[in-house]
Amino acid sequence: MSLAGTRGLRPSPLVLTAGAIALAVAVPLLVVGTAWRQPAGAVWRHLWQTQLAELVVNTLGLALAVGAGTLVVGTALAWLVVAYRFPGRRVFEWALVLPLAVPAYVIGFAFLGFFDWGGPAQSALRRAFGEGARLPELRSGWGVALVMTLVFYPYVYLLARSAFREHGLATLEAARSLGHGRRRAFFETVLPMARPSLVAGVSLAMMEALADFGTVSTFSYRTLTEGIYRVWNGMFDRVAATQLASLLLLLAMALLLLERALRGRRRFTQSRSRGSGVEGERLTGWRARAATGACLAVLGLAFVLPVGQLLLWAGEVVGGARAPRNFLGLLASTFALSGGAALSICVLGLILAYAVRLHPSPGARFVAQFSSMGYALPGAVVAVGVLAPVAWLDGLLRDLGQLVLGRPPEWLLTGSAAAVLFAYAVRFLAVGYQTIDAGLVRIPTSFDEAARSLGVRLPATLRRVHLPLLRGGLLTAAILVWVEAMKELPATLLLRPLGWKTLAIEVWELTSESRWAEAALPAVAIVLVGLFPLMLTTHLTSRRPD
Amino acid sequence: MHSIASMLRLTVAACGIVAAGLGPVPGPARAAEEIVLYTARHYGQEKAFEAFTEKTGITIKTLNGDAGQMFERLRAEGDRSPADVFFTVDAGNLWNAARAGLLAPVTSAELAKNVPAHLRDPDSRWFGLTMRARTIMYNVKKVNPADLSTYEALGDPRWKGRLCLRSSGYIYNQSLLATMIKRHGEPRTEQVVKGWAANQPAIISGDTKILEALAAGQCDVGLTNTYYLARLLAKDPNFPVAPFWANQATTGTHVNVSGAGVTAHAKNRAGAVKFLEFLSTLPAQQMFADTSLEFPVNPKAEINAIVRGWGPFKADDVNVASAGELQAAATRLADRAGYK
Repeated sequence: MSLAGTRGLRPSPLVLTAGAIALAVAVPLLVVGTAWRQPAGAVWRHLWQTQLAELVVNTLGLALAVGAGTLVVGTALAWLVVAYRFPGRRVFEWALVLPLAVPAYVIGFAFLGFFDWGGPAQSALRRAFGEGARLPELRSGWGVALVMTLVFYPYVYLLARSAFREHGLATLEAARSLGHGRRRAFFETVLPMARPSLVAGVSLAMMEALADFGTVSTFSYRTLTEGIYRVWNGMFDRVAATQLASLLLLLAMALLLLERALRGRRRFTQSRSRGSGVEGERLTGWRARAATGACLAVLGLAFVLPVGQLLLWAGEVVGGARAPRNFLGLLASTFALSGGAALSICVLGLILAYAVRLHPSPGARFVAQFSSMGYALPGAVVAVGVLAPVAWLDGLLRDLGQLVLGRPPEWLLTGSAAAVLFAYAVRFLAVGYQTIDAGLVRIPTSFDEAARSLGVRLPATLRRVHLPLLRGGLLTAAILVWVEAMKELPATLLLRPLGWKTLAIEVWELTSESRWAEAALPAVAIVLVGLFPLMLTTHLTSRRPD
Repeated sequence: MHSIASMLRLTVAACGIVAAGLGPVPGPARAAEEIVLYTARHYGQEKAFEAFTEKTGITIKTLNGDAGQMFERLRAEGDRSPADVFFTVDAGNLWNAARAGLLAPVTSAELAKNVPAHLRDPDSRWFGLTMRARTIMYNVKKVNPADLSTYEALGDPRWKGRLCLRSSGYIYNQSLLATMIKRHGEPRTEQVVKGWAANQPAIISGDTKILEALAAGQCDVGLTNTYYLARLLAKDPNFPVAPFWANQATTGTHVNVSGAGVTAHAKNRAGAVKFLEFLSTLPAQQMFADTSLEFPVNPKAEINAIVRGWGPFKADDVNVASAGELQAAATRLADRAGYK
């Protein structure tokens, strides 16, 4: 049955469009691959003799630890707020998304400030227990994994929460009516049904961990991205650095294959749009306190602590009142680029996910997956990967201008908002595609067939059947992209038009000079600008239909 | 569905703003005279830039960025780059831009007079405009400065577990090691760095963080640029860390520059040269020295009072260009020596 009937036909416009998108987005990744045409054997020998093993082991270990950490924290919190009622649940439900609005390196820096040797936590410890008292070293693999888990768990939380909301309670109810205990019902029925969403969330978190440079460099923890930076800036060897980056691509590819395997062949679909009408179980006594405490602890560490630290710093400069010049300009650039990214990437992600749904061949899946691998590359590598084709296009346009108009155009694509948005698409298509796809696979294909048998054409099916059901997934995708784009640094820095500056760039300029107090204001602004849409989405997606 | 419609309207509005930015990027055609500056230096120059515009009527358009990235953008834009001047920190970055042909030589008596020879490119493609010293910092309550002498001596076992360093991936450390290689050659430098690594230094990201770690007592001795300490002392005169001028009996304290060059495809070359010349003159040098608390390159400018309080020192007079020439070697050497 299913949609096998559509296979083997001539490629539809949808598939062609999806293919074109995937190809365009893959170009910068292929540019990374072309670095291999030039020899860099000496650098590789050097790396092999000194640190390559350490870098690879650290990178893999970090990605796995962050994957496990976000899976446990994100899933547990999501199940807690969906399946139970306890004091503060209504607030935690949306507040637990908030850490996503804080750039990872800000959380990392605030953590170091607070828990470092000279910070308040250890100073108090020494005062209480004498000079020998100390916390475990935060500048270590565990420290970095802890911070990244706190920053990235919302990916899993968001996706798991919407999956649990759509079918969790009803499934639990059904399983229990068959005589299963609550725990068994959760692990054997609810969790497997949510698997596509969980796996999608975890793989996003792991790709973030692979690509991160800001946090690992703050913690002086050596991963492949740090090695790439060292070869690039320390040895002035971009070719070897890019070759090293292709190792990350390999890791990402392995991760995506693993993801496919874990999602499994079974398709879990929902029969109702959302909300089963089943109420969550009310917790009382110590259980209620424990639930509230767990949410508070995570939120405190991942959001209250860093934002509180920022506000303290901001307070230091408010007296001096050196508000960033042209604050409105910063906001306008930030909104324009992030908004443009959210919109364009959702459209691209929807096209890809839809093409895969209608033509579910392994080839189509692979193409869609490959196009989302830019997410696992450090932003700086993607940025340079984008620079090459864009500069090539500029050359082409110059020749065309020469030929047609007799003079070259007076502008460059290099250094335009279009180039920045292209880089965002390369980097963040994974977020849009994964999130939308995870939502789309939960809509039974029988809906499509029913619509078709009623003579409803494809675009109308999309508009009238899928989009309403996909509302939560689409909004989640838009918001994740929005927040990501807002925090993005290297590509924005490299490709933006003259005179454009985003909040993230302002923060970076100040922090690169150790001027944390002055950076605090724009950093708080990033959090606020990210909060608004996060809360909007949570509000829109948690409303139940009448 | 109503909410989706309003979301759509919002995003359409956002697209409008984006579309405005998608439009043509202003090319070489300019109304008033201006220069376009690509800069990887973000602090303490605003006043000097404003003074330049006031004096010459030439406006400055800047694009800030990371040195490695600005380099890539300049190279990708090629002969159509709008940039007239490339301004960056670290002599290694300047050397690399010059090597890639991104900077054009400038013959200027003014610059030759104001910038000492070891702080500019021997081929006149870039000029140091501020000087920074990277030296030994110590906790005044825990260290007797008589125990300190040279960078090399930080490998002495007496400093085991007492050192705080930036990572060897940090550009100022790479430049320090590069000039050390220039002086001693690779084998001896590698011995020195092995000594540092054997003392198991805490690797801390951020010069200010190192100074705070020294003050808190996490470690006793570190290596940082002096202006970070000057900024902390400006806030708190009792901050318990002091600089020790390294290598006074031998090669002199390591210095580096932030500096600039005129791009190879500058559209306003005359304006760009004027700009560099202005930045090397006394008034601009004084503004640099007072806001960023670095050392002026122009010996006529006065050093800020906090910095002057540390007393005069002998600076290493090896040409800072060697920081670039030997930087890759320095990075590899640090890797081999086990200095993270």
